[in-house]
Amino acid sequence: MEWDWNFVWEIMPTLIQGVKITILATVLGSILAAIVGLGIALARRSENRIVARSVGWFAEFIRGTPLLVQLYFIFYVLPDIGILLPPLVAGVIGLGLHYGTYTAEVYRAGIDNVPRGQWEAAKACNLGGRHTWTHIILPQAIPPMIPALANYFIAMFKETPLLSAITVLELMNQAKSVANTYYRYIEPMTLVGAFFLVISLCSVVLLRWLEHRYGRIER
Amino acid sequence: MTQWSGYLGLILQGALVTIELTLMGSVLALIMAFLAGMGRVSRFFIIRALATTYIEFFRGTSIFVQLFWAYFVLPFAGLSLTPLQAGVLALGLNVGAYAAEVVRGAILSVGREQYEACTALNLGRWQGMRHVILPQALLVMLPTFGNNAIELLKATSVVSLISLADLTFQAQVVRSQTGSTLMPFLSVLVIYFALALVISWGIRTLERRMARGLDGVRV
Repeated sequence: MEWDWNFVWEIMPTLIQGVKITILATVLGSILAAIVGLGIALARRSENRIVARSVGWFAEFIRGTPLLVQLYFIFYVLPDIGILLPPLVAGVIGLGLHYGTYTAEVYRAGIDNVPRGQWEAAKACNLGGRHTWTHIILPQAIPPMIPALANYFIAMFKETPLLSAITVLELMNQAKSVANTYYRYIEPMTLVGAFFLVISLCSVVLLRWLEHRYGRIER
Repeated sequence: MTQWSGYLGLILQGALVTIELTLMGSVLALIMAFLAGMGRVSRFFIIRALATTYIEFFRGTSIFVQLFWAYFVLPFAGLSLTPLQAGVLALGLNVGAYAAEVVRGAILSVGREQYEACTALNLGRWQGMRHVILPQALLVMLPTFGNNAIELLKATSVVSLISLADLTFQAQVVRSQTGSTLMPFLSVLVIYFALALVISWGIRTLERRMARGLDGVRV
């Protein structure tokens, strides 16, 4: 079978529909992962041993199991206990939770990298726990970890095709439905691959810039 | 609670397929990692360019897209693969690209004095690599290889989408036959996690064994 440019133009609008959903899922998933990661990182440092341990184990479990099965879990099991989620929401929660356990490690390293003197200075200035975190520790910890966080968001972007398995109409799913309708796989699948490749190559440039801008730790 | 044992047997069959895929994929990934990783530090521009293209291509597009491409597009090019072959090929090439960067990083992390010592002992490039550089670099690679193997294990769940009867696929079969959702998905998650623990335990043991006799040489 030959490559057919007419067919490419014909299916382009459908694929672009999918691209929009893919990007939406990535953005929402990234925001959720950033929040969940911070939550996990803070909970693991909690004074309460039980909280710290159980959150640690939970994160370890999520990191050791496939995203696809977690998506199925959210999509199929939660409705049985009365929580009915639209596919996209279930997908975003899955992505956010899964990558949140990865970003938690980035936060942990970033927080550990804040010199001890800063903690002591906060204590000397009589700042409470919450103020120490929001005014002293996090503002210093977060900028150096931006490149590492961005790296995980790009990885998440490449995992979004999995959402097609729980019927989210993102790029991969649109391509599959196009392929199944016309029984032509070459163009849709190759276009999806090319799209991801182009975005990833662009993101390498973005990452370089982020590393240049934020990657250094100023002491 | 009728035939849980039968369904459990189905899931265990799936576990065997997952293990088989993980092992075969890991072997292919290991081969590709050394080929491409050493290719990236080659003297010859062509080999470096080839290795870089391979790595960027497979890291830039997601495993899911590569798998679908291998399964649906290659037949049009006259290369029909069974689901298992397509799965091993996509998993091995994808994870191999990630691991290749590990190989390169580890080789470059060996100190310059070691290379100079090779020259001083009149070892050829290949001899030096084989007897001096790689034995030290291998120890640096090992922990990250463990992580890569776990990533590969998690990625095997994707092959269920090209109708290969692995763990995830069997969980879906059990779900559709019994209507129960919690039992299949939770048990499958636990099995994946147990397999991941086995991998990380195996790598730690291997690391301890290989570090023996290298005391004081490197960390």
